[in-house]
Amino acid sequence: MTECVLKIQRLNKKFGELNATDNLSLELHQGEIHALIGPNGAGKSTLIKQICGELDSDSGSIEFLGSEINTLDVAARAALGLGRTYQVSSLLMQYSALRNVMLAVQSTQGSSYHFFKAVAKDRQLRAQALTYLQAVGLEKRADISAAELAHGERRQLEIAIVLALKPKAFLLDEPMAGMGTQGSLALTKFLDNLRHQAPILLVEHDMDAVFSLADRISVMVYGKIIATGSVEQIRQNPQVREAYLGEL
Amino acid sequence: MLNLNKEQLTNLFIISTIIAFYALALFLNEPFYITLLTKVVILALAGVGLNLALGLGGLVSLGHAAFFGIGGYTAGILASHSLNQEIMFQWLGSDISGTTNMLIIWPLAMLFSGLVALFIGYFSLRTKGVYFIMLTLAFAQMIYYFAIAWPAYGGEDGLSIYVRNQFLALNTLAPETFFLICFSLLIIVLVIVSRIEHSRFGAALQGARQNEQRVAALGIRPFGIQLSVFVLSAMITAIAGALFADLNRFVSPAMFSWHTSGEIMIFVILGGVGRLLGPVVGAALFILFEYYLGGLSEHWGLFLGLVLLSVVLFARGGIIGLIAGTRKYD
Amino acid sequence: MSFILIFEQILNGLQLGMMLFLMSAGLTLIFGVMGLINLAHGVLYMIGAFACALISALTGSFWLGLIASILVAALIGAMIEVSVIRRLYLRDHLDQVLATYALILIFSEATRWLFGSFALYLDVPDILSHSINLFGVLDYSRYRLFIIGVGCVVAIGLYLLIAKTRLGMRIRAGATDREMIAALGVDIRTLYTLVFALGAGLAGLAGALLGALQSVEVGMGDSVLILAFVVIVIGGIGSIKGAFVGALLVGLVDTMGRFLLPYALELVLPAESAATIGASVSSIAIYILMAIVLVLKPKGLVPANA
Repeated sequence: MTECVLKIQRLNKKFGELNATDNLSLELHQGEIHALIGPNGAGKSTLIKQICGELDSDSGSIEFLGSEINTLDVAARAALGLGRTYQVSSLLMQYSALRNVMLAVQSTQGSSYHFFKAVAKDRQLRAQALTYLQAVGLEKRADISAAELAHGERRQLEIAIVLALKPKAFLLDEPMAGMGTQGSLALTKFLDNLRHQAPILLVEHDMDAVFSLADRISVMVYGKIIATGSVEQIRQNPQVREAYLGEL
Repeated sequence: MLNLNKEQLTNLFIISTIIAFYALALFLNEPFYITLLTKVVILALAGVGLNLALGLGGLVSLGHAAFFGIGGYTAGILASHSLNQEIMFQWLGSDISGTTNMLIIWPLAMLFSGLVALFIGYFSLRTKGVYFIMLTLAFAQMIYYFAIAWPAYGGEDGLSIYVRNQFLALNTLAPETFFLICFSLLIIVLVIVSRIEHSRFGAALQGARQNEQRVAALGIRPFGIQLSVFVLSAMITAIAGALFADLNRFVSPAMFSWHTSGEIMIFVILGGVGRLLGPVVGAALFILFEYYLGGLSEHWGLFLGLVLLSVVLFARGGIIGLIAGTRKYD
Repeated sequence: MSFILIFEQILNGLQLGMMLFLMSAGLTLIFGVMGLINLAHGVLYMIGAFACALISALTGSFWLGLIASILVAALIGAMIEVSVIRRLYLRDHLDQVLATYALILIFSEATRWLFGSFALYLDVPDILSHSINLFGVLDYSRYRLFIIGVGCVVAIGLYLLIAKTRLGMRIRAGATDREMIAALGVDIRTLYTLVFALGAGLAGLAGALLGALQSVEVGMGDSVLILAFVVIVIGGIGSIKGAFVGALLVGLVDTMGRFLLPYALELVLPAESAATIGASVSSIAIYILMAIVLVLKPKGLVPANA
């Protein structure tokens, strides 16, 4: 039995009358890429927010690496090893790509309450940050501010940042959003290898990527998971086909 | 010489100009101008404090006058008790009757303002945007009304301090000596602020200013970082308040008023928010307006308002922004 | 301390509350619809008072002065909006605070330049200057009752405007989603100018009404401005209902506080200290109230988007 890194059980979240998350259970196992797909409005983003701590659930439990994280805030969960990227790039716009990643590296090196040593001169920090930029192919744009980066480059930067956190689980929220075909292909290859570093919960609309990458797929509709299984199982599942009306 | 960028050159120029003016005033034997220069330095220090929270941290504190006043009143109350030989309280069997020693007053000013800032920051930083602004203002107003009510220390009329506090064995009443004390403090604080800005703490702080959500997602809690900088900034502004009390040998609740908060903010904005020497330039400009325009017309406030408005609308980076361009983040 | 005295203080509290409502209704609309922190609201209050004083002196009629206060404040409000304010909508709060603070400096000093530093003469009109007997127990100032009445009329008027008219609908829509109504073709620029002018007019009215009670001088708007902000934070930013509830609450707490606190303090302090300390501590009361409300109900008592 592969180890369960992230375990969500009977999670509920209501907005007024709307069941954004309806008695939802989901597991992320070690070594896997678990894709989460579903039509717009299914509640995928709401689920991610609850996992990360940006939104409080009404009921249910979220276990990470065996312990409950319901009461922890965003920073605490990130410090435990939950690394997430945002659907809409959430970067430090005035900082360069390198400084963005350097801050991520800094966060893994203990407390940030150091007041006197200059960060920019910290060679070790710079070097490490540069390796992550190289991993996503952004090293040539290291000194460009995030505001000046192209959309696709910002998505790459998001990945570089989450890599730098050396997380124990990746939560990637539509990483391919807005990337061209070439970018998506490169990222697909990249993610393929990434699963060996830590399991990935991948929210995506790009079906080619999902089918080539996923070990398991969960399909979410109206706050509920209607099916979980391998790529083939999901493809054959009549409920899923109905929910997507021929999208598969 | 090392590679200095535009901003560093500008900063050197500003410091040199101040020293040059001091030397000139000394040479021409014009103590009034030395005192004026001292006022610039002290107000600049208050602004440097605010700039730390506002410019680096992005925290719009409209109640920083609270800390300015706390520093001032610490100096005033301690000095007053000492000079009147009144006993403040008993400590371990001996009578404490205040002090006129600056080296004791400054740490105490930092302590009291730090504690108050911890309290105010703890509650205010749980809120965002306009609520944060309003809470910082509200707390400052509370302290303001409290100071007016406290009859023991002059209430609305304020408190006079008959001599200037002591610093080592120097003759602090001499303007040229007092200027050097204040100026040295300013330089020391500027160096410290610069180190903080470029440190890991500074990186996390400026990250939180740009995008709190992102910083939290990295595992760094913005609240603690912001509270720390709020407290530090309060302490710096408080020292300025203590020096101001010594400069005028007078403290009054006006030091706590929101007009004072507004003025400190004006220095910071005019000079360039977030720039290291912004408050110095801003304070200099403000004093220039006050004394020179003020000499020409008693309605100089109108021109100050127009200049402030223009800076906010058209020259957001302030004077230093105009000279040295936008901020560079190595 | 008699029941009559308490009743009188309650009425005073209502009167203060109504006046604060006039100020804060505009302020909360401007923040709710345009997302703008407007520190210049205090000078619009002052401008209204000065306009009323001027026109009353020139024409001999307080009522004409009152109309003038609304129109002049609204007009100047519109002018400020077109020239300065509209550049601030997309800016951050810091810029808005600074720019509108600059406007305070400019208008305060300009007024001082035109009218000097001394207070202007504005007196309550004759027919309101006497007291009226309420329920056979209290002789209360007619003018203060008038203010309470004006406040109620304005509250009803605003309610009808916002809830029942097309303009009101646009305002409500604008408060909910700015980009959307622009996309739907509503003329945002004019709408914003109208909202700002409306708020300004109300502030001017408040200034004129209170100017007759207190005094018309530069700087009269400063303390009222802060109170108005406290009101809208307590009531709920963007909510006129909240402004009404908050204003009455603040008016009552402030008035009753000033009245009752010295009595309470007299139990523990000598009479003279009790009076001065009481006056000051009661000034603090509303800030404490605001802080408590923010901690318990961060969006205010009657939030706009409930």
